[in-house]
Amino acid sequence: MAVKNIRSRTVALPATNVDTDQIIPARFLTATSKAGFGKHLFADWRYDADGNPKPDFVLNRPEAKGAAILIAGRNIGCGSSREHAPWALQDFGFQAVISTEFADIFRTNSLKNGLLPVVIDESTHAWLLANPGVEVSIDVESTTLTLPDGSQVKFPLEGFARFCLLNGVDELGFLLSQHTAISAYERAASERNH
Amino acid sequence: MFEKVWENHVVVPETADTPAVLFIDLHLTHEVTTPQAYTELRSRGLKLRRPDLTLATMDHSTPTRTEQVFGGVPIAVDSAAKQVRQLEINAQEFGVELFNLQDSRRGIVHIIGPELGITQPGKTIVCGDSHTSTHGAFGALAFGIGTTEVGHVLATQCLLQRRPKTFAINVAGRLPQGVTAKDLILAIIGKIGVSGGTGHVLEYRGPAIEAMSMDERMTICNMSIEAGARAGMIAPDATTFEYLAATPRAPKGADWDAAVARWSKLPTDPGATFDRSIEINAAELVPMVTYGTHPGMVAPITGSVPSQGDAVFEKALKYMGLKAGEPIVNVPVNNVFVGSCTNGRLSDLRNAARVLRGHKLADGVKMLVVPGSQAVKRAAEAEGLHQVFLDAGAEWRESGCSMCLGMNGDLVPTGHYSISTSNRNFEGRQGQGARTLLASPETAAASAIRGRVTDPREFNQ
Repeated sequence: MAVKNIRSRTVALPATNVDTDQIIPARFLTATSKAGFGKHLFADWRYDADGNPKPDFVLNRPEAKGAAILIAGRNIGCGSSREHAPWALQDFGFQAVISTEFADIFRTNSLKNGLLPVVIDESTHAWLLANPGVEVSIDVESTTLTLPDGSQVKFPLEGFARFCLLNGVDELGFLLSQHTAISAYERAASERNH
Repeated sequence: MFEKVWENHVVVPETADTPAVLFIDLHLTHEVTTPQAYTELRSRGLKLRRPDLTLATMDHSTPTRTEQVFGGVPIAVDSAAKQVRQLEINAQEFGVELFNLQDSRRGIVHIIGPELGITQPGKTIVCGDSHTSTHGAFGALAFGIGTTEVGHVLATQCLLQRRPKTFAINVAGRLPQGVTAKDLILAIIGKIGVSGGTGHVLEYRGPAIEAMSMDERMTICNMSIEAGARAGMIAPDATTFEYLAATPRAPKGADWDAAVARWSKLPTDPGATFDRSIEINAAELVPMVTYGTHPGMVAPITGSVPSQGDAVFEKALKYMGLKAGEPIVNVPVNNVFVGSCTNGRLSDLRNAARVLRGHKLADGVKMLVVPGSQAVKRAAEAEGLHQVFLDAGAEWRESGCSMCLGMNGDLVPTGHYSISTSNRNFEGRQGQGARTLLASPETAAASAIRGRVTDPREFNQ
């Protein structure tokens, strides 16, 4: 599915180094499908020991409802490679995450699922954290984030990932189309190693 | 070294518009991060491209109690039992070699690859698991991937990758007596931070690294991801070749000689440059213990909990129930875990047993010893190590990831302090509300005896 524009209110979660164990704790990873992880998103921060929502946690507040953009602290998604983390964020309703820095595997996993990782400078980031709930828009084509006052911030996005997002193109399809080159490589490697 | 391995695996070079198509020599798989990938293959009518380069094991959600592994007692967690069953179905349908629950070759995926000798210098190795960095200890380029990419490798044996940067970790000197590879990697993470390696492949170099056994090198490379680096590498040398020569699936005869000749060309050329580098003197280190909720929050065992007035830091200390200025050796210990892909190899069990021998666990302390593989378990039992643990009052289990992440029901109770030889002290990692202190097997064993964090150098070394 193509991802071109995202316009939404934001939700801010300023904690730094939020690891994927927080985003989706390991006890929920025994599932064998991708569906339904949203209810477990940030489970240990979101619910008390009896399973009741903690009213002061940001995702439980009324203003979080319907928000599609998460402003996260630096180094979001570190730790485990579990792709269940972007699955959970998307299932909850997020379409983009904005931070100053993303952990490598989390960034890759997010892009593969159409959850847009947006890396921005520290001062814009600090403003967004200080002003949660503002409406911003993200344009994939021009790789810009537009703030409420109309000012625009460019963000980096790897060219092929951008192409895939805009066109709803599947990376596996692209890899499968390289079949001839892969076969040639396999023949050459087999000769080299024997 | 990284560039040589990378160049050898480029199927289609990267351009401004497209990443490189990179060939993968070995795909290790387990039950947790593969089910959705097989579903994708099935829905597209795709086959597994290279079953000969794919291996499956069960480790994360599997039980460690002998009666559940071998005695026919069902796996306690229903969804885990279903996941294990799903892997059996997928392996059968797609033709993947699987070490199932009762297989004598089963174990944690990052322990069995090296044990079998399929982890080799110069290979590209991936697995849907961030600790795949472990295999870099052999001079392989090994990194963790997500489930979508697992599907890519199953279907095409390739990944789309942009070339990462390189980062040299130069370790001078020698580790003092009683200071281990675990202490060194914790010190490195403390120095560069948990995102210090992001976007980079680390290369650990220098006399301290060259002096290490393969087990120690694996402990180092294993935790590269805790510094944010997807991969860590160590140049293959005589130690590497000696280890591999004794493994069942390493090349034999003339193939072995040819392989060693190829592998010997992999180390980084003199004068090659890295994008970044740092220097560390191993001789200055002492045992290290974490006090917070990520592996970068680490202090010398002779030190105290530092202060750092930001809210996230304060929140971490509150979670841990610790105060700034408190000596590390004052921290109580309720639970001890020896195991994991970081420190679940035979030498780790030997080191813990050497400290523990002739002692009992302190009152109220529970200790779980979980070998990294069934082969490690057999070897440890042949040496009588299990008896040392049992005599001290610890539990001796079947292999698996176990209490490192508590997926299988091996959990630390809320509020308890757990000194653990694993790799992550994240909130809730070992159980909801569990307070994890990462340390070496020696420090874990010494702390088990005293019931508080204890410098292992106070015991036999």
